Amino acid sequence: MSYRITGSTGEWEIVVGLEVHAQVVSEAKLFSGASAEYGGEPNTHVSLVDAGFPGMLPVLNRECVAQAVRTGLGLEAEINLFSRFDRKNYFYADLPTGYQISQFAHPIIGKGKVLVDLADGSTREIGVTRLHLEQDAGKSIHDQDPTRSFIDLNRAGVALMEIVSEPDIRSPEEAGAYLRKLRQILRYIGTCDGNMEEGSMRADVNVSVRKPGETEYRTRCEIKNVNSIRFVMMAIEVEAQRQIEVWEAGGTVDQETRLFDHVRGETRSLRSKEDAHDYRYFPDPDLLPLVIEQSWVDELKAALPELPEAKRARLEQEYGVSRYESSVLCVEQAIADFYETVARGADARLAANWMLGDFFAALNRTGRSIEDSPVSAEGLRELLGLISDSTINGKIAKEVLEDMVETGDSASAIVERKGLRQVTDTGAIESAIREILAANSDKVEEYKGGKDKLFGFFVGQTMKAMKGKGNPALVNETLKKLLSE
Amino acid sequence: MSGIHDFTLASARDALKARKISAVELTNAHIDAIERLDGQLNSFITRTPDQAREAAKASDEALAKGEGGSLCGIPLGIKDLFCTNGVRTTAASKILGNFVPPYESTVTANLLKDGAVFLGKLNLDEFAMGSANLTSAFGPVENPWKRKDSDAKLVPGGSSGGSAAAVAAGLVLGATGTDTGGSIRQPAAFTGIAGIKPTYGRCSRFGTIAFASSLDQAGPMARNLQDCAILLESMAGFDPRDSTSVDTPVPHYEAALKRGVKGLRVGIPKEYHVEGMPAEIEALWQQGMTWLRDVGAEIVEVSLPHTKYGLPTYYIAALAEASSNLARYDGVRFGERVSASTLDGLYEASRAAGFGDEVKRRILIGTHVLSSGYYDAYYLRAQKVRTLIQQDFLKAFENVDVLLTPTAPSGAFAQDEKPTDPVQMYLNDVFTVPASMAGVPALSVPAGLDARGVPLGLQLIGKFFDEETLIAAGHAIEQAAAFHHRPTIHAGVSA
Repeated sequence: MSYRITGSTGEWEIVVGLEVHAQVVSEAKLFSGASAEYGGEPNTHVSLVDAGFPGMLPVLNRECVAQAVRTGLGLEAEINLFSRFDRKNYFYADLPTGYQISQFAHPIIGKGKVLVDLADGSTREIGVTRLHLEQDAGKSIHDQDPTRSFIDLNRAGVALMEIVSEPDIRSPEEAGAYLRKLRQILRYIGTCDGNMEEGSMRADVNVSVRKPGETEYRTRCEIKNVNSIRFVMMAIEVEAQRQIEVWEAGGTVDQETRLFDHVRGETRSLRSKEDAHDYRYFPDPDLLPLVIEQSWVDELKAALPELPEAKRARLEQEYGVSRYESSVLCVEQAIADFYETVARGADARLAANWMLGDFFAALNRTGRSIEDSPVSAEGLRELLGLISDSTINGKIAKEVLEDMVETGDSASAIVERKGLRQVTDTGAIESAIREILAANSDKVEEYKGGKDKLFGFFVGQTMKAMKGKGNPALVNETLKKLLSE
Repeated sequence: MSGIHDFTLASARDALKARKISAVELTNAHIDAIERLDGQLNSFITRTPDQAREAAKASDEALAKGEGGSLCGIPLGIKDLFCTNGVRTTAASKILGNFVPPYESTVTANLLKDGAVFLGKLNLDEFAMGSANLTSAFGPVENPWKRKDSDAKLVPGGSSGGSAAAVAAGLVLGATGTDTGGSIRQPAAFTGIAGIKPTYGRCSRFGTIAFASSLDQAGPMARNLQDCAILLESMAGFDPRDSTSVDTPVPHYEAALKRGVKGLRVGIPKEYHVEGMPAEIEALWQQGMTWLRDVGAEIVEVSLPHTKYGLPTYYIAALAEASSNLARYDGVRFGERVSASTLDGLYEASRAAGFGDEVKRRILIGTHVLSSGYYDAYYLRAQKVRTLIQQDFLKAFENVDVLLTPTAPSGAFAQDEKPTDPVQMYLNDVFTVPASMAGVPALSVPAGLDARGVPLGLQLIGKFFDEETLIAAGHAIEQAAAFHHRPTIHAGVSA
């Protein structure tokens, strides 16, 4: 189902391309030895190179290049063995050298793709145009003093990957799915932590609209620096709406840079095309062209972890879980690892069920992440083992899990302590059922008169009497037998 | 020995090692000379006599123990484009204010490691932009040479004019220079000294204030090529902090002096016979060929067909880079700031007040040639022509070992003869720019005096990283020319 916005003149299609700035995970900055760590007192992670002192020269950080190549491999992209750094010239107080070193004409990574999963179960391929390495700028702080601004250069020079998508995105949902998938890939490979709150991933959103069936693109606007997936989706929606209103009022959309104000739910013009900077790109003469060896790329490729798409397919195949289940389990590598630890040596499908259900619920309830889960994978596996070997039933298992979360005790210890072992003694079950049937002789008559639904009532009463510990299969079986007597 | 000011760097080194003279004595004599003469010459922007004396004392202690590097106790001057730890560094610009770097450039660090004694920071054209040392915010440098028939103040050439004047006048035994399009060679020629622009990548650019990064190269300036060779050996070397420095061993350059030129093939680029070149320059060039032929070299005519494009493409490529390199002088983090109520206002006021006219002119040109709509026509085309110029040299060097040309189209001119058209001024670099564009090494040696008694130089251009052949050929010219003239203003001449 295609996403359409209905205006006064009919339906509109939206066209979106995303430029994602992803901060590279690395110890040092792209061209200096200063720490690339987030935070720190202002201006403590700054070298003379970052601060643009006279005579200082950039030296490329090899690890940042490796991270870009790994990411390119994760996006199934062309790896350019020849690339080059250019200077993008503009004046700003938090840009110490007066230029940003970026890759304009020859990016290190060429065309690639991202497969996104949509809510209706379908998948779409979003093209990646390119990925290039560039420096981040520092931070200007305007709200500390009425007349002065302050500059923090801790971020200045930190390596960013700019990942540019093709204008293949056709709905806010696809934009969200693309960003989530991209973030998932980056996290799997360990090239970006994808933390949008800390600004280590941010997006520039290019939006245009057109009538369904039109083959040309209309003028687009770029919404700068949107810092959450939800805001990206909202920004697309309100910007598309705005453009449709402009077109439908007989106007034309001007190419410009806009800002998204999530409080007011609108986009605002930042600068028009006429005011656009002339960046005067040219090759940075302080750096040689970046030439890498295919053999090095091959080495990096061989050392790459299993990627989300491959892992998802493998879990589906290896453990017999559904596509949906496996894609949820693969959202984070740690979850998938946790699942595999549980599933090896337990009923794999039961394990998926429990992970997606009660286990995630327990994590949410306690506000814990998979890394500091209150229940270990081995602990959960033991619990599931107790279900499989009929020591406890599923309902009791939920109670045991809660106890595990609370006390940290093992499943078997809890079962023993609370005497939750399932009753499989047919004699005990039979006598419990006989008592229930005797006390409800009217209902027994109704049942026998054809009111089949009452069977559930008898099961419930029996389990209640047995404090939930009756083996459900035996209870069913015995009830049927006694009711037909 | 006739006097302390007759030392060359090499002979001073030998005398120091032999303990015939102390480093303190040598340094004091030079400090005295600076005090006596530099009020007139203005070759220093910043003098560091106290530090120099300290260093000289330390040198004497090392020498007494039989220790000390190749330059132990040798008084040098440093072009004020090299950042020096704890010593004001200005690039001869107001915009840097009283900037004191907390770091040392690699080239000066190498010299210090070998024991050199720094007497101070030498004047230059602002940001090394100029060919007459007339654009310095600290005033022009006067050439210690005078015409026979006049007292007119002559220019020392540029941009390393302070270095050239200080060496020529005997205020220092050697100096560092930087050469972007001729800034070592042309002033060396104008002041009757020797200077080497090494292969691009031979000396680290780390800590040297950039003019045009793809062209800037540090090099030595001294009384003769032996002194230059000793300095170059110390200055050169791979530096991991400069991605364009080249990791190739530094040879013992001084040894190359003894090589001779027998069988050496010396190319004469026919395109360098430019229109309007004074007859005496042409004659000196012929003389140079004769000298080399007399000691066994073979003279071969070669063609560098793209020579005539050298100057215009240089002024596009160099200024494009300069416009970007000088963006960091914005009044925000260091140097002079002129306050304003907006950020753009602060930039405009600081840069308007801080930069001189020539620097502003060059930033404007450089910005223009990179602008959208002009990039292809100017910058990109210049890059292509640059490649052709480089190929010219590579092709010529298939056939010859070095090239011989004049260094500059004239001798030193008077300060008040400065051409009013800036482009006319740029013509000073016509012979030096092509080697810079190609990145190949070149040097200038004094070869004679013009009719008015002002020195003239000859230029030798060599193959990539073959400074040794260049030095050998240059030394042959030095020996034949026997240039022993002294400038009017000289420490050894009683004033």
